[in-house]
Amino acid sequence: MGALPDRPAPPEASREPLTGAGAPDTEPRTAGAPPGDVPQRVLVWRRFRRSRLAVAGALVLCALLLVSVFSEFLAPSTPDAYNAERTYAPPQRLHFADTADGLDLGMYVYDYQVERDPETLANTYTVDESTRIPVGLFVRGEPYELWGLIPSDVHLIGAADPDQDVYLLGADRNGRDMASRIIYGTRVSMSIGLAGVALSFVLGLVLGGLSGYLGGRVDNAIQRVIEFLMSIPTIPLWMGLSAAVPRDWGSVQTYVAITVLLSLIGWTDLARVVRGRFLSLRQEDFVTAARLDGCGTGRIIGRHMLPSFTSHIIASLTLAVPFMILAETSLSFLGLGLQPPVVSWGVLLQEAQNIHSIAGAPWLLLPGAAVTVAVLVLNFVGDGVRDAADPYR
Amino acid sequence: MLHYVIRRVLYMIPTLFAISIVAFLVIQLPPGDYLTAYIAELSAQGQGVDSAQIRALEERYGLDDPFFVQYWNWVCGIVLDGDFGQSFQYNREVSGLMWDRIGLTLALAVVTLLLSWAIAFPFGVYSAVRQYSLGDYAVTFVGFVGLATPNFMLALIFAWVSYRYFGESVGGFVSREYADAAWNLGKVLDVLSNLWIPVLIIGTAGTAALIRVLRANLLDELRKPYVTTARAKGLPEWRVVLKYPVRMSLSPFISTIGWILPTLVGGEVMVSIVLSLETTGPLLVEALRNQDMYLAGSFILVLGVLTVVGTLLSDLLLAWWDPRIRHHHVERV
Repeated sequence: MGALPDRPAPPEASREPLTGAGAPDTEPRTAGAPPGDVPQRVLVWRRFRRSRLAVAGALVLCALLLVSVFSEFLAPSTPDAYNAERTYAPPQRLHFADTADGLDLGMYVYDYQVERDPETLANTYTVDESTRIPVGLFVRGEPYELWGLIPSDVHLIGAADPDQDVYLLGADRNGRDMASRIIYGTRVSMSIGLAGVALSFVLGLVLGGLSGYLGGRVDNAIQRVIEFLMSIPTIPLWMGLSAAVPRDWGSVQTYVAITVLLSLIGWTDLARVVRGRFLSLRQEDFVTAARLDGCGTGRIIGRHMLPSFTSHIIASLTLAVPFMILAETSLSFLGLGLQPPVVSWGVLLQEAQNIHSIAGAPWLLLPGAAVTVAVLVLNFVGDGVRDAADPYR
Repeated sequence: MLHYVIRRVLYMIPTLFAISIVAFLVIQLPPGDYLTAYIAELSAQGQGVDSAQIRALEERYGLDDPFFVQYWNWVCGIVLDGDFGQSFQYNREVSGLMWDRIGLTLALAVVTLLLSWAIAFPFGVYSAVRQYSLGDYAVTFVGFVGLATPNFMLALIFAWVSYRYFGESVGGFVSREYADAAWNLGKVLDVLSNLWIPVLIIGTAGTAALIRVLRANLLDELRKPYVTTARAKGLPEWRVVLKYPVRMSLSPFISTIGWILPTLVGGEVMVSIVLSLETTGPLLVEALRNQDMYLAGSFILVLGVLTVVGTLLSDLLLAWWDPRIRHHHVERV
């Protein structure tokens, strides 16, 4: 350690911004690599790529994020466009080629034949193989505003004729397209997960950091708070708190309120991780060295300690998102979270609450499949990052 | 050991205090108070509002008093008289409505916990001992899916499958033919036969988590030199595994009760709503929707207290199981 006279030398600092002062300590572990040549980030990335499950998860996750960014364009319709003639219409199978007389490429679905029960007014659908609804890419359909800014009516996929409807994943009780609703729900559910985690990240980092770095009485107090929050059943507590959100609040207000509620209870895991890392790093030689070199607390934390566990934090963040998504889904499912004009996976599942609707229209459960997929891939990616960030594996 | 028990019980007091504050906060948060809601309820039913009754209620709950006085009265009423307040929706004492439901919830949570253990133990040990085998992959995959699927989704899927393929709709603990019957062997068996489904559904996430913890711990233990030593000395393989490494890796297994209980209670609430079981879940949601706040707050209080007591029990169990914790006061993992 005494052989580090390069403290005032700026090139040294700019050459290894990622490994930070941890470099002298961590480099011998990255055997074979010349000192300072391979930043930690690249090493983590190399290890991450080795896990096939994590890479696959990352790809699906990217797709989900793309879907939530471009939902308006990707959805065949809009979530509110309804068609009273098509209540509980079953999913239509997409055909890619017509082989009836020779090969005729082109996407189409078969139309329905609707029979209405005169008493219950319930529609019974049978596939009508004689009528086809041609399906095209980049078709014009329901008008929308991309991100509320750019007006357009081009949809990635949809019925070629704007007057016809296509229900690839079926329709709900108002004849609204489930595919579109799930796609719009992706945006709300994923964003509430990300926003909630961002908020609990701030809370967890600050409180966990304080707890771990200062130790002593502060640590004890914060630990008691965390233990308290972890020991109460979260779902009833969340239900109680979100029931207190006034019903006459607008959708944006409710959205913010629910996000805040979720993160107020959800920061504990993150704080524990951060505290644990701080506690173990505090004893490390390079931190002592930095302190002896006269670095201030802020510099030790920001420049020397943080970089060495950034990837752990990323892993914990990734693992926290599914937790938020599940919580939002549960609350909204009970009618205590987001409220109907807003479309989230949980709100959509409200429709599937009783056995009568799911018995007739099991496709109403599809938003639940979306939840499972999202949670699964986030877990894969989080596990992958965590394993990749661990230098001892 | 006694020292540890006392310390642990003392730690519990601030937690209980905080839980009661939060529960009372939940009661107080909605705009308006209990009485305005009650009066609105009465007038909605077309009943005249009896001013004497209102004055009596006002006095009883001290609605003009500051927050902490009201809180103090509420807690004193609970601790001294077991009086949790009044449910204006049912116009009954909260305590009369609550205990049956809480008992069922508790029974469900305990049975679920036992079942999770019973399932997680063999599967966890198997998938650690036969790491990377086909069975291990299968267990891991099922575990991941179990963790990722919300409990109530499983309940919905189950309800749909049983409706679609068995033609019966699920729900309730007691079958129709036993609904009014007195308790006898037939009814008990009937309840048991209805119980295993919700138990299985509620337990999925917890069981999956337990399997993963056990597997990870056991893998760490199995790599240690003492295992090689035991094997080299000629112990049969099942003894090598079961005698020491499994015992070592069971400690975190016990300590997980602490965080599994809150999950179980939460999951139970959700699943009961879907399967319409007569536990706390449906009543709690209903109370929250109707802002029947004393009922809701009391539920949250009692569920929270029960969870904390459960965590205490699990910590004591852990101390009994693992002498290292007992003697060195190691923080639980």
